[in-house]
Amino acid sequence: MNSAATRILIVDDEEIIRESLSGWLEKDGYTVATAVDGPAAIARLTGEPWSILVVDMKMPGMDGLQVLEQARKIRPTTAVVVMTAYATVDTAVSAMKLGAYDYLVKPFDPEELSLMIQKIVREQALVRDNEELRRALKRECRFRDLVSKSAAMHAVFELARTAARTQSTILITGESGTGKELLARAIHAESPRAKRPFVAVSCAALTETLLESELFGHERGAFTGATVRRRGNFETADGGTIFLDEIGDVSPKLQVDLLRVLEERRFCRVGGSEPVTVDVRVIAATNRDLAKAIADGSFRDDLFYRLNVIPITMPPLRDRKEDIPPLVEHLVERIGAELGRKIDGVAQEAMARLTAHDYPGNVRELRNLVERAVVCARGSVLQASDFTLPVAPGLSDLTSQPASLEAVEKRHIAAILAQSNGNVSAAARILDIDRVTLYNKIRKYGLREVDSALESSTTR
Amino acid sequence: MSIYVWWIGEGAADPRVLESVRVHVEREFERAATLWTGDERPAGTLDERRKQHSSRGLLAWLGARVPAPASRVIGLTDVDLFIPILTFVFGEAQLDGAAAVVSTHRLMGAGRAYGSLARVIKECVHELGHTFGLVHCGTPGCVMSRSSNIRAIDVKGARLCRSCRERYRIVSQGDL
Repeated sequence: MNSAATRILIVDDEEIIRESLSGWLEKDGYTVATAVDGPAAIARLTGEPWSILVVDMKMPGMDGLQVLEQARKIRPTTAVVVMTAYATVDTAVSAMKLGAYDYLVKPFDPEELSLMIQKIVREQALVRDNEELRRALKRECRFRDLVSKSAAMHAVFELARTAARTQSTILITGESGTGKELLARAIHAESPRAKRPFVAVSCAALTETLLESELFGHERGAFTGATVRRRGNFETADGGTIFLDEIGDVSPKLQVDLLRVLEERRFCRVGGSEPVTVDVRVIAATNRDLAKAIADGSFRDDLFYRLNVIPITMPPLRDRKEDIPPLVEHLVERIGAELGRKIDGVAQEAMARLTAHDYPGNVRELRNLVERAVVCARGSVLQASDFTLPVAPGLSDLTSQPASLEAVEKRHIAAILAQSNGNVSAAARILDIDRVTLYNKIRKYGLREVDSALESSTTR
Repeated sequence: MSIYVWWIGEGAADPRVLESVRVHVEREFERAATLWTGDERPAGTLDERRKQHSSRGLLAWLGARVPAPASRVIGLTDVDLFIPILTFVFGEAQLDGAAAVVSTHRLMGAGRAYGSLARVIKECVHELGHTFGLVHCGTPGCVMSRSSNIRAIDVKGARLCRSCRERYRIVSQGDL
């Protein structure tokens, strides 16, 4: 920073002091201005930023201490140097207590003045550099709402940033809860389509016919209950991005329909014959191993190749444990703000326990833990006891007390859903039943939290 | 337009010092420098309480008496100088003005004669630099670097650094 960028305001009621001091400092190349009294100084401080305020203690009307107090409120980053006669050193000490940077006893040694100003300038430059570095570090660790300092995730961010500038189809793979939808939203937000809609569809949440209607819309009378024509998600997303989550769970028939849309960017509404043309960028995601699905015939290889133009794999949280502390801090800050709770941080022991956990539910699981802790915490610093790290349900939990078959089934489904972080497809696979059956059981047992999550999974 | 070097001290002038200053000033500012031998001396600049002379007062006095053919005048004196806010100054100049003043009082008081003379020369070049609009320079060794104590004067050179020289040549183009 050149010296001229350092702006010094001198406040003294004696003209000769103002002139000699400003003349001296101007020769150092600083930008110097003077004010004849306190109110004039406050007016200048309010109007423009100043690096240093040199103020005389003893002035008629508003004295140096009053100017100092006001200055600390108006411009807290401005360093205030108080000038005082020898007889009022005690007052200068009071000024220090009020936040003055330092004081000078008049007349002062030229070297003392030069060194003090140089020291302030150096310190202010350090503060600025520090802030800039912190900002740069934060930028480096973030891709929109995604926070990470791991090399693997940085490679993901880099690829996502590049992909965002293109129109190509993206396939995001990774375990449940790794943030696939968050990445898709970030790519959309960074893309030229950012001002157009982002439509997320959970392909596993709906039956084949419902999903077909949801994606492509339907004409009036297309099926029982279709009383009006309805636009589908592809039409809603026109000009923007459609996010097809859990693409690996799409039925064979819909795979064919999707393949056609990807090839031609055209489709017909259910029950219609007029083709609808759309300009949509497709981002698909799955936690399934599609290569395996292709091998066992449950997923079309031609659709896979259409989708897999830019493949991005989200690494699980257990493989990037260095991300846990910054993620916890980020989540605490965000959730605290959302819930209106002032949380000052996380205790060291709590952070150590959080870092040691393996997170089968990945970032989603961590988020839930943090949210619960923020809600339940008694103090402003989150303690280890505020976090309830889940224990996988063992057989002993299920058989510990006599229960009906239905009660055991309900408890077991709830436990598996919790373990899968509400991912119905994943839970259905573990339970070895189909999704629709599981969905019906969720309704039957009133597992409402999951139920409502499913209902809101198709969002704009 | 030349520079005048003028002894305005209370004691007798040391011709060797004045001539050395003249030679160095002439070389550094690439223009004629002349020793002015006027007998007039400033009055009313002494602060009785501080027993020092006001450098501002001396600059005002000199500024009103710049000899006609000169564009700049530097007064050398043996009295101790001050500005109201500081305990002392080695010298002072009008930034972008016509007058500069340097005191030998503290500069020649300590150390070897050659070293003392070098200090006076450096301070004269420094203060004259201010009259050409040059401000303090951060280049190590540059004569325009801030020197608030004797040691700082001793470690710096007597010449303008490349960037100060460039700046001097630009600002003094119409003045040569």
